[in-house]
Amino acid sequence: MTIQFNDETFRDDYTFKNSDWAIERFPFPFHEDSYMYSVNMEQHRGGPEGSIYEKRFDVDEHYLSEMRDRAQVLADDPLRCQSLPHMTLAGWDLLELIMVSKSEDYPDLFELHRDGDKWHWINKPMGIDQKFTFMDESTLPYGPMEYITRQAQGDFAVLDQREENLWMDAGMITTQADWSLDFDIGMNFFEWHAPVPLAHEKGIFIRALKFLLNVQQGAPARRLNWTMTVNPLLDTSPENYHKWGVQKTELTPENIGRKQHLRVELQTFFRLPRSNALVFPIRCYLCSFEDLMTKPKWGRRLHRVIRDLPDELATYKGFIDNRPMMLDYLSQFDDGLPTSPGVFPDLDTEPPLQK
Amino acid sequence: MSKFEFPPSITSRPVYGTLEARPGKSHLMIADGEGAEAILRIATPELMAKTHIIYIPRGTDYADKLRALNPAQFYEGPSYAASARRIDHVLENAHMGMQIYLTGTEGLMGQAETQAMNAGFPQGAIQTEHRGSIGRRMQCVHCKGITEDVEIDPFVCSHCGLNLFVRDHYSRRLAAYQGVCIDAEDPGNVPPSKGIYE
Repeated sequence: MTIQFNDETFRDDYTFKNSDWAIERFPFPFHEDSYMYSVNMEQHRGGPEGSIYEKRFDVDEHYLSEMRDRAQVLADDPLRCQSLPHMTLAGWDLLELIMVSKSEDYPDLFELHRDGDKWHWINKPMGIDQKFTFMDESTLPYGPMEYITRQAQGDFAVLDQREENLWMDAGMITTQADWSLDFDIGMNFFEWHAPVPLAHEKGIFIRALKFLLNVQQGAPARRLNWTMTVNPLLDTSPENYHKWGVQKTELTPENIGRKQHLRVELQTFFRLPRSNALVFPIRCYLCSFEDLMTKPKWGRRLHRVIRDLPDELATYKGFIDNRPMMLDYLSQFDDGLPTSPGVFPDLDTEPPLQK
Repeated sequence: MSKFEFPPSITSRPVYGTLEARPGKSHLMIADGEGAEAILRIATPELMAKTHIIYIPRGTDYADKLRALNPAQFYEGPSYAASARRIDHVLENAHMGMQIYLTGTEGLMGQAETQAMNAGFPQGAIQTEHRGSIGRRMQCVHCKGITEDVEIDPFVCSHCGLNLFVRDHYSRRLAAYQGVCIDAEDPGNVPPSKGIYE
């Protein structure tokens, strides 16, 4: 299908919106009526046609507007993109992975022509036509990681692997859920996860690290994570928290359906061939409560998950104060009927709301 | 002076030990304030004959006691920042296998460790022992300014003036904890400050 790219904003007047297609394919993260941390890793080998899992790097209707938002974030704060000196090779690996994947998965949108180290990259939606020499930084307007991640949705953490650990040694981080690359750069896996509650005690990070160290080339993995965001704001960075935090207090029973968004991260993990680094794309999908409620199963389930979530997690995810208002809203969409297992909305088999 | 036992809550915080004299052709000891006590405890004439001490008194009067140990080289600096170039110079020109001893406040140990690791010293060559102030070196995540010796939570950023709470997250590279605006969601509503480990 041809994607109609939206012209929209993720700040100020917030004109972001999801089409019916985007709602249909939204990665609803709850496969049952409750939620607790888990490693929940699976192979990233495609998925149902049209789903966000189908391609290696999903491109959707928000592509151009997200890239414009990223460029604005970087202009305001260039430290959102950093790469320690030993990570340049991993940057080239990443550039190759994204260019090859996108040109194969979306041949109508992206083209890559290679003749030895003479490469020609065409990004039609963004109007980019770039000839360059692979592995020669002087032939690109930015370093390889920055160059390609200015053209790919989602954040990218590039992790060096050594000493049986992963190190946050490079990244393009402009749509993060409240963590700072500038603070975390150079940290190992346990250090950068230090502020996360409960998961350390449950041994989650030890198991997750063991899994990630063994991700092999050509066998990427994926998982979902989620949080809540008021307004479709991509840049929920700690750097700007003193500016956006106050928006959380602007929810009312009247506007909550429109303003409150479920924020889901599709996290994928790819081994990079030359550097043996691991790239960790973190792709953010936003969907308003109002739009989620168009799927009866999601309405029932979201109410139950948010109602039963431990306080520590609601606090960590930053919505403990708004939880009562969320539950008032969501309870209207929970008639107590059972839900089918799995994340998909199952519109054909799940009954409509019975109240 | 008894040593402060840090609570084990922060997985990104380094664990500090107790200095011990190690064999080696040369030794670099960097200390501030009460860190002098840790040096005085392990000092022997043999060790001091091969030791360069870089010391920042922070208003204490230990400097003469350290000088009296007759170290091979002794430098008394007014602040860490003023000593940093000298520390770099020593690290760059060090022999292989130089032993490094850091003692005093977290801010001093963290900054010196970062410098040593940037100069290529492995963590195994660096010992630490906390002494003196438990104040934290804080980076404001908003303006990136560093405020030294923060003993209360919340506190006011000395650069941008925001009210910050002390997040339990430590960066070795910056040798600093993270400070995050506490009243972003309710401007002006700042709880009374208390001691950071209370």
